[in-house]
Amino acid sequence: MSGFLDGKTIVIMGVANKRSIAWGCTQAILDQGAKVILSYQNDRIKKSLERFVPDNLDLVECDVSDDDNVKKAFEAIGTKYGKIDGVIHAIAYADKDTLTSGLVNTTKDGYDLAQNISAYSLISVARYAQPVLNDPASILTLTYFGSTRAIPNYNMMGVAKAALEANVRYLASDLGRNGIRVNAISAGAVKTLAVTGIKHHGELLKESESRTVDQKSVTTSEIGNVAAFLMSDLSTGMTGDVVYVDKGVHLI
Amino acid sequence: MDKNEVFAKIADLVADQFDVDRSKITGDLNFKNDLDADSIDFVEFVLDMEDTFNAEISDEDAEKLNTINEAVDYIMAHQK
Repeated sequence: MSGFLDGKTIVIMGVANKRSIAWGCTQAILDQGAKVILSYQNDRIKKSLERFVPDNLDLVECDVSDDDNVKKAFEAIGTKYGKIDGVIHAIAYADKDTLTSGLVNTTKDGYDLAQNISAYSLISVARYAQPVLNDPASILTLTYFGSTRAIPNYNMMGVAKAALEANVRYLASDLGRNGIRVNAISAGAVKTLAVTGIKHHGELLKESESRTVDQKSVTTSEIGNVAAFLMSDLSTGMTGDVVYVDKGVHLI
Repeated sequence: MDKNEVFAKIADLVADQFDVDRSKITGDLNFKNDLDADSIDFVEFVLDMEDTFNAEISDEDAEKLNTINEAVDYIMAHQK
């Protein structure tokens, strides 16, 4: 397939199933002609991926809870594929108690775990991906509006997303001289495996849809298309930015 | 939708999600014990049911569904 990502190689982290935003990104990026490598956390997720991911997509294990694992994953990617042109980080986690108990009840362990997996991991990915990234290259992460506003039940994940967005700005500043851009997409609420961790997520999804400009939630394919643009050389003028792809929910 | 149609659609979803032979799916199959469902499998299955039947299944309700028959009865009782 020919498109504006011809000749690019992109690593996408965080596909869990067909509903994943990262899977919407994968399809959009393949449609524009790039080669895609998917990373998965562990054998359990690999099993899910093998159900629907076509054989021509390569899979690499990478558990971001361990720096050494991230380092090895990008070294392996460099050895096997040479330089790459972009990384999409679509990873977040908080344990159920932390996510559902209200921020005031967050324990230190719950706080640390959510920040580690959801925000720190972008720093680690950027650091270990850097040696294998081309100039120009693009790093993209996924965030949500709950970072700047107190969205009901988003709780600890909002705090982690706020840190993640600050990471985007400082990493963009650090890596700019190497031709590496760092941006985030702030996606509208979509029905993914991740959103089911939020208490009363049905209400969140409904409320979010009603606040779009046309009462139709954004799709993972629409988010993926913006991700494809941000992976491409069409966006070399953008870095350190948080781009809303939410059908206008943030306007109201 | 009558009960047989609901069962047929749920059986299709189960066959797809849990990699089991469609013809071997019966109402008394238990998600955990017979289909070896872990929490990720089960959440994915519940999301698929919501989409298929345009239904909303709360976490509290979903936790009470142990067998295929219970899922069928739940959908029958909450059809829009």
